[in-house]
Amino acid sequence: MTLGSQILQYIISGISIGSIYALVALGFNIIYNTTGIINFAQGEFVMLGGITAASLVTIFHVPILIAFLAAVIIVTAAGAFFERLAIHPLKNPSVITLIIITIAGSILLKGIAMFIWGKDTYFLPSFSGDRPIHFLGAAILPQTVWILGITGLVVILLSAFFKFTLAGKAMRAVASNRMAASLVGINVKKMVLFSFALSAAVGAVGGIIIAPIALMDYDKGAIFALKGFAVAALGGIGNFGGAIAAGLILGILEALGAGLISSHYKDAIALMVLLLVLFLKPSGIFGSAQESRLKKF
Amino acid sequence: MKKLFLAGVSLILGLGILIGSLDAADEAKQEPAKLERYKVGALFAITGPASWLGEPERNTVLMIEEEVNKSGGINGHPLKLIIEDTVGDGTKTVNAAKKLIASDKVCAIIGPSRSGCTMAIVPIVQAAEIPLISCAAAEAIVIAPDGKQNKWVFKTPQKDSHAAEKIFEHMKANGIKRIALLTGTTGFGAQGREQLKKLAPVWGMEIVADETYGPKDSDMTVQLTKIKAKNTQAIINWSIVPAQAIVCKNMKQLGIELPLYQSHGFGNIKYVQVAGGAAEGTIFPCGRLLVVESLPNDHPQKKVLARYKKDYEDRFNENVSTFGGHAYDALWLVIEALKEVGPDREKIRDYLEGKKGFVGTGGVFMFTPDDHNGLTREAFEILTVKDGKFDVLEK
Amino acid sequence: MIKSNYLALLILALVLAFIPLAISNVYYLGILIFVGINSLITIGLSLLMGYAGQISLGHAAFFGLGAYLSGVLSTRLAVPPVSALLLAALFTALVALLIGLPTLRLKGHYLAMATLGFGQIVYIVFNAWVEMTGGPSGFGNIPRLRIGGVVFDTDLKYFYLVWGLVVVGLFFAVNIIHSRVGRALRTMHTSEVAAGTLGINTVRYKIQIFVISAVYASVAGSLYAYFVTFLSPGTFGISFSILLVTMVVFGGRFSVWGALLGTAVLSILPESLRIIKDYDVLVYGAVLLLVMIFFPEGLVGLIGRVFRPRSLPEKLRT
Repeated sequence: MTLGSQILQYIISGISIGSIYALVALGFNIIYNTTGIINFAQGEFVMLGGITAASLVTIFHVPILIAFLAAVIIVTAAGAFFERLAIHPLKNPSVITLIIITIAGSILLKGIAMFIWGKDTYFLPSFSGDRPIHFLGAAILPQTVWILGITGLVVILLSAFFKFTLAGKAMRAVASNRMAASLVGINVKKMVLFSFALSAAVGAVGGIIIAPIALMDYDKGAIFALKGFAVAALGGIGNFGGAIAAGLILGILEALGAGLISSHYKDAIALMVLLLVLFLKPSGIFGSAQESRLKKF
Repeated sequence: MKKLFLAGVSLILGLGILIGSLDAADEAKQEPAKLERYKVGALFAITGPASWLGEPERNTVLMIEEEVNKSGGINGHPLKLIIEDTVGDGTKTVNAAKKLIASDKVCAIIGPSRSGCTMAIVPIVQAAEIPLISCAAAEAIVIAPDGKQNKWVFKTPQKDSHAAEKIFEHMKANGIKRIALLTGTTGFGAQGREQLKKLAPVWGMEIVADETYGPKDSDMTVQLTKIKAKNTQAIINWSIVPAQAIVCKNMKQLGIELPLYQSHGFGNIKYVQVAGGAAEGTIFPCGRLLVVESLPNDHPQKKVLARYKKDYEDRFNENVSTFGGHAYDALWLVIEALKEVGPDREKIRDYLEGKKGFVGTGGVFMFTPDDHNGLTREAFEILTVKDGKFDVLEK
Repeated sequence: MIKSNYLALLILALVLAFIPLAISNVYYLGILIFVGINSLITIGLSLLMGYAGQISLGHAAFFGLGAYLSGVLSTRLAVPPVSALLLAALFTALVALLIGLPTLRLKGHYLAMATLGFGQIVYIVFNAWVEMTGGPSGFGNIPRLRIGGVVFDTDLKYFYLVWGLVVVGLFFAVNIIHSRVGRALRTMHTSEVAAGTLGINTVRYKIQIFVISAVYASVAGSLYAYFVTFLSPGTFGISFSILLVTMVVFGGRFSVWGALLGTAVLSILPESLRIIKDYDVLVYGAVLLLVMIFFPEGLVGLIGRVFRPRSLPEKLRT
């Protein structure tokens, strides 16, 4: 194997894992934009999506497409339920209180998942087989293509939603000024509910498409939340394009770090590069300094 | 002004109430018994990142407790197990061990499930002088700083070094000399890596790649690509987390045709199922529990293994794993000791240290003052995956 | 104001002095020792969060640096434990300074992200630097703490040592709050711009508090190392950093007493929940959730409301 095709292989691996980070980060951004909350339960939505789809397919032998839709619907409902239960009753809470509430929520969701699915590892068969596509000496998994395609589709749909639909515009209005939005008749509380449901759905999609590559168990949410948060922050929180770019960059950095330097320190290498960037450009890679000054958190 | 003062008072009250509830937890466990109950403590990682270890261990000991009490207890004394969850966390294990020793006053402890948790409580059991039979793999558990065996600590899983030797033995017989290591960054993986690196020169093996991955990683294609570029004859993957199934899949996907050796941590058929067809042909050393059907009828372990497998699978409707077997061996050792010498901690320890020929799921144990594990390399069989099942590899 | 703090401190000290007379069970003492160790970290953290208004998701790393440095120094290099503890604190302070300089210029979630990243890097080093730290399998046989001729080898002695240090730590914290730095920080918390126009060097004060809170965590880490005598990286991961922040907020982040209360409750609660076995995760999560929903200012807010129904939570900030 030549060095060139090795590096190509690293980059392909990096892109596929990076696009999952990006999807998780999108979930963070949707909620952040309407509420200003960093939702640490986002990783649990990913886990729930993956584990629901995997158990539907492997235990109940549901066709993959139906399992996909069912899992997204179930997790979306879970996200809405979580908002009604934990966020809705609050009157003017501080950001840090909200963050701790989402942490409590993630502990609860994880606990519930443990009771439903037990401690077993679940795995979803690849959407279209495991025979790799060879490209310049590197192997591309069909699932990687699915991941990239679906991630791209989600991004396009989300941007169209925020640009062209009334609900999307209303959510953006809430994001830029809560008070003004409610004055023009937007039901802010409803938009918050909506943003939780939407970000749960996006998280679930991420969980389902990664499930054939990674394995799913009830304890897997935290790692996604961690990486997704890092990516969202570095992309400039609330910035969709930034999240995609930062996700891919983190994934590729990790893969190159492991491949060319040391797999023992792969996560540390990627983080160090990102921290350096953050120190040099304190508003995130793609965030503007002006915007970040206006943010609550 | 007053608020801070009130906060202080409430803090003390809060502490008092919570500590009071700890006592309540104790009292709730009281129940009438005719003869004195024999209390044995168990520490398993029932929840948390190592729960796939703790779950079968707990199931196993609950099953044994019920069986023993149904058949009249130990010399008429009911057996009382007090099982605590360690969550796989050192600090929680320390608390739980102290609870078992000081509050429940157990006469012996089995577990913990993980090596790190065991190491964290070794100083406590040594100081409290209570026998501990660990279900964790690392050999360092039983070894004291002076190189002797820890007086109060025993363990039932086979030794890492024996697993490594067994792998190397098989490799040598098949003419393999240049190998790549792939290990998980957990206590189990790190201990394996250490033993493999130490023993490789002894067996004339050259390690040409040494890669690691995190227990929650989802993709090992990068590490495997790196290995693929090196000129190796085989890959050893040593880890205990479910992610080891991903290694099998990634190898097939990258078109790596090398033989894959795994550690005894692969001894759970779920990993084979999760890997799909990709685990076919994997070679690994393991206790004989998983291949009990293939054993000859006169094999000394056959009876014990068949019984445990049947009991467990009938009761819990899931496949037996070697991890539960370690708890099975540990608890039966304690029960035999209780039967012979009663609930005296010192006597139980002495009995265990002198125990010879105990037939367990892990092998035939021969404890000595110099060996608190009591198993030889022969406790391992080389297994492989054939048609989605574990089977003995024909030599 | 400061006097009622001293009074509370005195009462706390007196009660603590008598606790071992009422409780001799090493299990309970052990839990209280961990409460004390965790409290030291959260007292420092509450200075940072409640008074300097900064969040840190990396304090487990300072805790770990204290623990590993003391452990390595006294085990591999035979440095006497007290010197090792001080060296560890000094080194951790330096690390905090180096990290704090670029990091504390960041705000909000960038700061959270940067501290989280730092914590994760330290955690990876604990795991990967096997020769020094023992890697994921950890390293043990750390000697007991010895001060002069006294070896702290029993839980009883250790209880007094840890809680003695907590009382000292609280004393310092209360003094910091009521010093020039504390006043400056409070102004800053209300409005960083206003503080700047008053000529307060906000970054410098923030860094000072950051370093102080890191030293608290480092000392707690050393105490952990000499108490458990075994270290493995799992104890010092991101989940512990998050738990520490949770303890501070749960107790009430505008008061060091809140940090103490939150730490005590969240450290003892999982032990009390042992009786309900596997359901403990659910109850723990639910308690956390309900308290934060109904008492967003934390347990101290709850107490304030119980005792003075009309008092506003804001008042607690002073």
